[in-house]
Amino acid sequence: MQSSTGTSGEITGQTALVACAPMSISTAAFPRTFLRYELFEQGNRKGCYPMKTKLLSLALGAAAIAMTGTVASAATLDDVKAKGFLQCGVSTGFPGFAFTDDAGNWQGFDPALCRAMAAAIFAGDSNAVKFTPTTGKTRFTALASGEVDVLARNTTETFSRDVDLKFTFGPVNYYDGQGFMVRKSLGVTSALNLSGATICVQTGTTTELNLADYFRANNMTYEPVPIETNAEAQEKYLANACDAYTTDASGLSATRSAFEAPNDHMILPEIISKEPLGPLVRQGDDQWADILKWTLLALITAEEKGVTAANADEMKASSTDPDIQRLLGATEDGFGAMLGLDNDWALNAIKAGGNYGEIFAKYLGTDTAVGIERGLNALYTDGGLMYAAPIR
Amino acid sequence: MSDTHAETVRYVATHELPALPAPVNTRGPAAWARANFFSTPRDTILSIIVGGLIAIGLWKLLPWLVFDSVFVAGSLNECREIDSGACFAVVTSRFNQLIFGFYPPELFWRPILAFVLMLVAFAPVLHDNLPRKMLWFSAVFPLLAYWLIWGGTIWGPLMIIAMIALAFVAFKAVAKSVNPVVGLLAAVAVGILWMLFLHDPIVSALSSAVNVGLEPVESSKLGGFQITFIIGVTGIVASLPIGILLALGRGSDMPTLKMICVGFIEFIRGVPLITLLFVASTLLNYFLPPGTNFDIVLRVIIMVTLFASAYMAEVIRGGLAALPKGQYEAADALGLNYWQATRLIILPQALKISIPGIVNTFIGLFKDTVLVSIIGILDPIGIMQPIRSSAEWNGIIWELPIFVGLVFFIFCFLMSRYSMYFERKLDTGHRN
Repeated sequence: MQSSTGTSGEITGQTALVACAPMSISTAAFPRTFLRYELFEQGNRKGCYPMKTKLLSLALGAAAIAMTGTVASAATLDDVKAKGFLQCGVSTGFPGFAFTDDAGNWQGFDPALCRAMAAAIFAGDSNAVKFTPTTGKTRFTALASGEVDVLARNTTETFSRDVDLKFTFGPVNYYDGQGFMVRKSLGVTSALNLSGATICVQTGTTTELNLADYFRANNMTYEPVPIETNAEAQEKYLANACDAYTTDASGLSATRSAFEAPNDHMILPEIISKEPLGPLVRQGDDQWADILKWTLLALITAEEKGVTAANADEMKASSTDPDIQRLLGATEDGFGAMLGLDNDWALNAIKAGGNYGEIFAKYLGTDTAVGIERGLNALYTDGGLMYAAPIR
Repeated sequence: MSDTHAETVRYVATHELPALPAPVNTRGPAAWARANFFSTPRDTILSIIVGGLIAIGLWKLLPWLVFDSVFVAGSLNECREIDSGACFAVVTSRFNQLIFGFYPPELFWRPILAFVLMLVAFAPVLHDNLPRKMLWFSAVFPLLAYWLIWGGTIWGPLMIIAMIALAFVAFKAVAKSVNPVVGLLAAVAVGILWMLFLHDPIVSALSSAVNVGLEPVESSKLGGFQITFIIGVTGIVASLPIGILLALGRGSDMPTLKMICVGFIEFIRGVPLITLLFVASTLLNYFLPPGTNFDIVLRVIIMVTLFASAYMAEVIRGGLAALPKGQYEAADALGLNYWQATRLIILPQALKISIPGIVNTFIGLFKDTVLVSIIGILDPIGIMQPIRSSAEWNGIIWELPIFVGLVFFIFCFLMSRYSMYFERKLDTGHRN
């Protein structure tokens, strides 16, 4: 109580300063909550003329955009619990990762993570989640402005997004990378055999740059066939306008799976770039970021330990493995409470849609239409990169 | 002298002979084709070339589009097993999503009823031989439609009606005692005060006392053509009056009013619609205090309406400018005041001249609504992507855009035909 009064007094002080100060004052120094407060307070203050304040608020808005989100909303968890559901930003559609079923529900690898999080927060209610479809252009503002609580939208973790855009990435949940697809009749088994090939590549993307780098590094030549969209690429590639099509490997798999004769085509083993995809939250709320991080790690741990949606309850009751006991809340360590959740948080997250391996198999695995091998996304024990920090 | 001819001419026609049919080579389809396609050697060659191209196109297209296309199947692969043509099964299987978005299926009757009532509400506006009393229903319809689509308590719309009535009373009272402009300001003030301070408490008090309402449906459930119609029709209906006011304001003698109108029109016209939509979807999030529930669909409707209003204002200004100065002078000479002259003399003529431009703006606005797909609202264009991404329909390319394009064409074409009918009906003759 004491501290909260102090804070609000301070906000008012800053507000007066911002609202009536010359525009040269660096607004970037103030956290965003102040900006919002200021916009609604300034009208009542003497000495601030409407026109000026309007300009000022525009400038502040621009500054807020430039900062793209330094929201320090005090406790996202409290907000989420208060409204009773998790607001999750997903893609507007990416095969395997996010799509709608016949009933209009969002399904896929990314929504499954949000459902697990919702289950962890709301005592097993994996439906306490609402999905906001975001495009590549709106996703970061949607998160930064608080429109969504978590963004699970096959987003590549990069330095600038983490540091400059002020987000906090959870653990990587899908290691993607750029690959090549060719017709089997071409007789090529490695990307290193592609010298002199015509290659369909999306223009203006990092894909194009990666391609140039790779061929230069290996002293090979190629002829690019510029395309705009994935659909156009499918057309061109199928019409033999290019020997190979290059984009992210998950996209290649999805594209190939949609062909009439997918087995006439193959994806070459070489992956020429790093695209670690992961969920992300706003920077500045460590508890919330921890919930995201450890929900995902709990799903990976569950796969390591063989805990599935079906056997989780039974494992909790009967398992003697201390790791499993800690994971499922069979011990009195109180890990859930440390996160601000209940003791069954991980149990509920796992029961929502299964462990990491189950989710992968359901939406992306070789039995699905997308048909992606685990590859880099296998557990470290199987030669992949999925390695969860221990829960203890 | 009357029998002169009887003596000199052997036969006199007693009545007019019926006209003979035209020669056989100047009538019928053959003659029509000859006159229009084969009248000169150059025409003949061009006709054969173009006709051949059309025939080849249809020859290639029809099997895929019609003969071999599949309308019922569970997935793209099933389609391919059934036949080699277009897989319109995606449209039939996801029809509800394309039309209603994610609206709960058991509540589909609500948007359907709203659509039917919309036709009823438009009827007296579009046809003047219907009873004028129906206009009252048209006036109430926006609130009714809002209530049907979004649900919630009925007290919300009812209290809006109460607010409008109150604002009208305020306008009447002040207009009588002071003057109409101040009256208008008073009405606006009443409306704002009501919405800011009275609306929510009254509605919540009433709904806790007598709870009459429909199950609420939130905006994120709206999608498909439903959202196109909500945004498009609201924009069309709201932009016309706002556009008229802006056009009149732009032509006004009052410098401040004129400046405001010109500034608004030029600002909005100088900015692409997509920029305004981004303002609605992202920038406003930064301005509004945290936790503000300012509906995204409402924000988009406001932006689209403002955008269309600016264009509408310029179209109507064209109509105003086209009126001969004599019309204005005649109105003045009759002793009409500004509003009487505008209402009785100027606008009826100016609007009639502007009909093609107005409908043009309507159609443009209706089609521009698909831009909302860029800010993540799943209108028919936006909803294609999640459908295409599902395991069943991954690989579909042409079928969805063909369907969406067809529906858009039907509605835009109807609008266009109606405007032509309307113009003919109102053609009181400046040209002849």
